[in-house]
Amino acid sequence: MLQLEARPAPSRTMLVLSPLIALAATVLFGALMFAALGKNPLDGLALFFVEPLKGLYGLSELGLKATPLILCGLGLAACYRANVWNIGAEGQLLLGAIAASGVALQATDDTTRWILVPILVAGVLGGMLWAALVAVLRDRFHANEILTSLMLVYVAQNLLDYLVYGPWKDPEGYNFPQTALFAASTTLPKLIPDTRLNIGFAIALLAVAAMSLFMSRTLQGFRLVVGGQAADAARYAGFSARKSLWTVLLLSGGLSGLAGALEAVGPLGQLTPHVSPGYGFAAIIVAFVGRLNSIGIVFSGVLMAMFYIGGELAQSRLGLPNAMTGVFQGLLLFCLLAADTLVTHRVRITGRGMRHA
Amino acid sequence: MHEYALLLASALSAGTPLALASLGLLINEKSGVVNLGAEGMMLMAAIAGFAVAVATGNQWLAFGAGAVVGSVLAAAIGVLVLWLGTNQYATGLAMSLFGAGLSAFLGMNDVGRNLAPFGHVHIPWLSDLPFFGAALFSHHLMVYVAMLLAWGIHVFLHRTRAGLVLRAVGESPESAHALGYPVRRIRLAALMVGGALCGIAGAYLSVIYTPMWVQGMTAGRGWIALALTTFATWRPARVLLGAYLFGGVTMLQFYFQGRGVQVPSQLLSMLPYLATIVVLALISRNPTWIRINMPASLGKVFRPTA
Amino acid sequence: MQNRDRIRYLGAALAAGAAGLPALARSASPLKVGFIYVGPVGVAGWSYAHDQARKAMQAHFGGRVVTQFVENVPEGPDAARVLRDLAQQGNELIYATSFGFMESVLRVARDFPKVKFEHATGYKTAANVGTYDARTYEGAYMAGVVAGGMSKTGVLGVVGSVPIPEVLRNINSFTLGAQSVNAKIKTKVVWVNKWFDPPKETEAATSLVNQGADVLFQNTDSPAVLETAEKLGKYAFGWDSDMAKFGPKAHLASAVINWTPVYVDETGKVLAGTWKPEQIWWGVRHDAIDLVSINPAVPAAVRKRVEMVKAGLKNGSFHIWQGPILGQNGATVLAAGAIGDDKFLHGIDFYVKGVEGQVPGK
Repeated sequence: MLQLEARPAPSRTMLVLSPLIALAATVLFGALMFAALGKNPLDGLALFFVEPLKGLYGLSELGLKATPLILCGLGLAACYRANVWNIGAEGQLLLGAIAASGVALQATDDTTRWILVPILVAGVLGGMLWAALVAVLRDRFHANEILTSLMLVYVAQNLLDYLVYGPWKDPEGYNFPQTALFAASTTLPKLIPDTRLNIGFAIALLAVAAMSLFMSRTLQGFRLVVGGQAADAARYAGFSARKSLWTVLLLSGGLSGLAGALEAVGPLGQLTPHVSPGYGFAAIIVAFVGRLNSIGIVFSGVLMAMFYIGGELAQSRLGLPNAMTGVFQGLLLFCLLAADTLVTHRVRITGRGMRHA
Repeated sequence: MHEYALLLASALSAGTPLALASLGLLINEKSGVVNLGAEGMMLMAAIAGFAVAVATGNQWLAFGAGAVVGSVLAAAIGVLVLWLGTNQYATGLAMSLFGAGLSAFLGMNDVGRNLAPFGHVHIPWLSDLPFFGAALFSHHLMVYVAMLLAWGIHVFLHRTRAGLVLRAVGESPESAHALGYPVRRIRLAALMVGGALCGIAGAYLSVIYTPMWVQGMTAGRGWIALALTTFATWRPARVLLGAYLFGGVTMLQFYFQGRGVQVPSQLLSMLPYLATIVVLALISRNPTWIRINMPASLGKVFRPTA
Repeated sequence: MQNRDRIRYLGAALAAGAAGLPALARSASPLKVGFIYVGPVGVAGWSYAHDQARKAMQAHFGGRVVTQFVENVPEGPDAARVLRDLAQQGNELIYATSFGFMESVLRVARDFPKVKFEHATGYKTAANVGTYDARTYEGAYMAGVVAGGMSKTGVLGVVGSVPIPEVLRNINSFTLGAQSVNAKIKTKVVWVNKWFDPPKETEAATSLVNQGADVLFQNTDSPAVLETAEKLGKYAFGWDSDMAKFGPKAHLASAVINWTPVYVDETGKVLAGTWKPEQIWWGVRHDAIDLVSINPAVPAAVRKRVEMVKAGLKNGSFHIWQGPILGQNGATVLAAGAIGDDKFLHGIDFYVKGVEGQVPGK
């Protein structure tokens, strides 16, 4: 019979293999689902894993979609490494979009392109502010950050609604809930002409590089990781849990806020109630599937973007419900958690006579 | 006067799913396990309950389906967390995200489908009382079940031997293990009972409260239920009180609007969430107080040593 | 696999190229028409009404037209990708059926100048983008006439979705209709700020009933308000599509939109090669709006009144927005005898006298 047995040390091989095993299991389940819906599994899987990669246009859309996922996932990974359970990246993203739009609305067609700098900075600060609320509540009031960060998502969505239905409504927009279109000067420079892919993607990759260096090469980064893994040891070594709480939350809020700013002045070009289809929540999966590792997050961010685009394609080409996207995302995380057992445990086939105590 | 009776009545009705789910989560947490999957489990149970209600026209079968789905999903979390040693937070989150996605997928054909409303109880004499009749004695049976349950759980935890064992497992799994109690199996049982209650709460939403299936219809109620256990410092009666308070706050936003209160409706919609944050902050402010009431091993991994 | 795809793209490219020569292309292959819906088609409501009309239009043209739809498209930047995909699949006419698709439609339309776009309820057009809308306020007014005749408390309740002019126009028209029967009618409004959120709609409807409203009306997309009225023993209406079956006792009537005339007309023009970007706004007159399934409990006198209104709207002899109309605070918004033109109707951002509360965002 099969038996799980603890490994003496975590397996490095399995640490790398387990996301791949999880992906394989998800793909297998997906194929079964397509078959159950009466579609050819290969056609279905092709829409998720092949079609989004086709051509320059396809790749550019993938990059555009992956940008907010990577940025939010990066910040969340820092939080989770430090054992801070921020699950409100969605709200921090919305605040970033709100703050950035506040600046972008001041721009006119005569404004220089440099207006983009204050716009993006405002986005970062907006996200930081929202995360700082979580930090204050945890630091001063010991309130559980899982719950406060999530409740603040709903507050942020209502705040966004209030602004676009009220004070920031386009005066020429017949009362419809959206701001005026931002002036042309706020447009993000394109990375590839004639596509929607803009420098946001490059900024996200830079953030990945910076975060990699921060985590592996600086004392502060080391402190965060130690503090998360062994709070007592960290305290003994004189590392402050408070400081790491604030650091990771501000970092995460800033990155999510940046993602929101890039969405607002990027593909959206105005502020509407529909800034995000849940990037902040999908980014939780991105962070875990990417192994809380900066480089891993690039891959998992792109993978998650493929699920989004594949879901749309499955709908318009095969007439399948686009709720498939959510199923794939959740399933992947589940399979990963289960596969992770293999990092610390190994499967042994034991005979009847070899009973363990 | 009559209007306030109806406001009270709608607060009780709106608070009932919160109370049911939160009581379930309280049982989980008393055994030392935090379940962040409540939102996803409630959604899965809501669609399962709705589908069964549509197919059979029987609300009790629908509640049964919700309870089964809730406890099966809780068991899945239990196996991952207790036996495979995965992170409790990550596993619960995975359940919430997975449940939201899968329920939307399974419910595609049930969106907007019609379900004949199920009647409320009419208690002779009591239901006809002025004020109290409308406020307290004209509800769906499940409203009273939630109240009885709070009392029952209190008695179970503090007056029975099984309740004592459950609390011991939550306070100190090592000692409970040393005394020969199967810690992981007890925790699994607690998770499954909690999951069943979350499932009943989900089915109540889609079969009785709305009654209709919509994707993401729990709208954060699973998370508010989670906050309520802290709010109530893990006491069943306070869970009930907290749930009705939040039910009242939910209804209050519409009352303010109907009364012509000059506050933008979006800001009023924030109320239940803001209230949760404020209450959490106030309750958690005193760490020693929380520590006295909180199960000591909450959220920590337990690995039995031979 | 790859070859098949290449052939399909080739076909799409040919079709897109041929769109410039409508008369020639038509005889060879059927016209591909795409639809995007904001919600699920489901069994009632906004997207359902659009899908019913899509099917009717398809039946009308038979083999000359092939239709395709994508439901549940979020109103954000993703809509652009879905529209682009539809255009690349060779659809020559695309109906975008929700307001929030406006900027996405305009952007994609710039990149596909040969594809025709029709955008519902928007206000921006382009060389290949037209708009269409229905005069839903006419249905709201007729529902108001019935509500005025049925209310005993004299208090009507409206569950408002999103406070855009269309919805304000509907709430006002509903109130004007009711006041044409009972001058003392008051309307209470509660906003849920969503188009489709049945649990919230239920709570809002319950609170309106608790505050004395005995006839409910909604501008949201689900039968939740009607079902709540059924449960609480009050009256309510169906909206967008016929919702009689959702509350047999509570259902007074359904104010429905019939998009079929618009879809047949516009698709026909593309087939004939005579399509031009227009701003269509049709009502009872073009059979786009109707009040159907009136409850037998509604007295004959009230029914007769509804029929008179309908006939007047049909032949143009009756105007809902004809002065004197007073605003909420008693100031004149439309002088005696004056008729509100489309520009006036589009700019309504106030409540008329008798509606309680404050317009959000003012």
